[in-house]
Amino acid sequence: MSLEILGYGFMHRALVSGAAIAVLCSVVGLFLVLRRYSLFGDAIAHSSFGGIALGLLAGVYPLWTAYGVSIASALIITKVKDKFNISGDASIAVLLSSGIAAGLVIIGLSGGFTVDIFSFLFGSILLVGADDAVLVLVMTGAILIIVLLFYRQMLYSTFSEEQAQVSGIHVQRINYLIVVMAGITVVTSIQLVGVLLISALFVIPNVTAIMYGRGFLQTAVISVILSVSAVVAGILVSYLFDITPAGTIVLLSIGMLGCTMGLKSAGLLSR
Amino acid sequence: MIVKVDDLTVRYQGILALDGISFEVDEGDFLGMIGPNGAGKSTLFDVMLGLNTGYKGIVEFFGSDIRKSRDYLGRIGYVPQNPVFERNFPATVRDVVQMGLKRGSDAGRIDGILQQLWIHELAGRRIGELSGGQQQRVFIAKALVNDPKVLILDEPVTGVDRQSTELFYSILSELNSVQGITIIWSSHDLDAVNRLANHVACLNQTLFFHGESERFFSDDKLVKQYSEASMQEHMHQH
Repeated sequence: MSLEILGYGFMHRALVSGAAIAVLCSVVGLFLVLRRYSLFGDAIAHSSFGGIALGLLAGVYPLWTAYGVSIASALIITKVKDKFNISGDASIAVLLSSGIAAGLVIIGLSGGFTVDIFSFLFGSILLVGADDAVLVLVMTGAILIIVLLFYRQMLYSTFSEEQAQVSGIHVQRINYLIVVMAGITVVTSIQLVGVLLISALFVIPNVTAIMYGRGFLQTAVISVILSVSAVVAGILVSYLFDITPAGTIVLLSIGMLGCTMGLKSAGLLSR
Repeated sequence: MIVKVDDLTVRYQGILALDGISFEVDEGDFLGMIGPNGAGKSTLFDVMLGLNTGYKGIVEFFGSDIRKSRDYLGRIGYVPQNPVFERNFPATVRDVVQMGLKRGSDAGRIDGILQQLWIHELAGRRIGELSGGQQQRVFIAKALVNDPKVLILDEPVTGVDRQSTELFYSILSELNSVQGITIIWSSHDLDAVNRLANHVACLNQTLFFHGESERFFSDDKLVKQYSEASMQEHMHQH
């Protein structure tokens, strides 16, 4: 492998942003996976597609409108789910299809697809500018601070809502906090793998890590290591072989999951 | 007085679950709550724990109406009947006990409590890998970690083997007699209630007995009445 590529500024930005996004998706994704909300990230990503289309139509930076639309739709669907007692998977399906539908209608109104929309659909980590890299780092730092501050409440209400409530935790507020964090994480991560593959970063490293880790923190650390490894290796390999980074990152993650399953099946994996 | 329940009535989807029940629990009491399935024991606990707010009447903990403040929850520990959690959840025994620990509390308490409940050797094991009896001791440890004044247990040994059940009962007895923790415990095990509890509340939508356990168990008519109600419920279910 040529080390020359590590000297490029765009590669520095891609690797730093990618690693930060990997950490973010692992940490927030672990709470979602354990709440059986694995596809919630996918649903928010699809709703953000509507937000991106809205931004492009209005001439506003698309990520800002995507943040607004994603957070609003995540909160609305959570409220609707609680109020009308709709199951988690059905509410995810509603959110997922409504975001895409709104996006398609808005794109139609704007007169058709533009080149910009493809970079949001499939990610463009090698094109991340300095401003975007700073945005990714700031969002990652902010979310990690919130997780540290509310760690016990988030972990307890994920483990058992009823017991957390009895211990005096405002479970509903924590649920809203987690969906808002998921909304911010999804939109921040769109630059890496795009709308269509975002849930892979939420789910695959965490499903793999759960097979290795005993405790929660240990599992979270393993997930972060797996995710950062897949992202860094994926960016470098994709550049060297001129293939899509998003697809490479996700396939590497799936490879890690497959190897872990193989080890477990062979009885070589014990916690 | 630790708990005061006054004229509590609860309707659940139009059906009367609890009908005007009143009782009090004093500091240091060990109250055994008995009644057939569907008698309203879990509904009563849900109200006391703030999980069900759609009730009429007054429930007070430590002299304050629980509708006005949730602060009392910090002074009680709760052990559910069958704790619902994802069996593959990556949490060790220590993680689970730590979840119960409030911010600023002494984390050093955890080791002492794990030892007291004979689960210190399991501290690094995943909670989902333990037997039912071991899991229940972990949930007691979690309930005790904030040094509660009251422990509420909802049929805590359902599905637990006999040996673990007896160990569990001896722990409860020690918590009450040595540490002075007030215990409110629902159970179908009349023999255990007779041995452990100093007060009995017999519930079946209404409270048809509340008083010293000695008085309940020495009154053959009351015990027979309870046994018949339980048997009818059993026959109805099968």
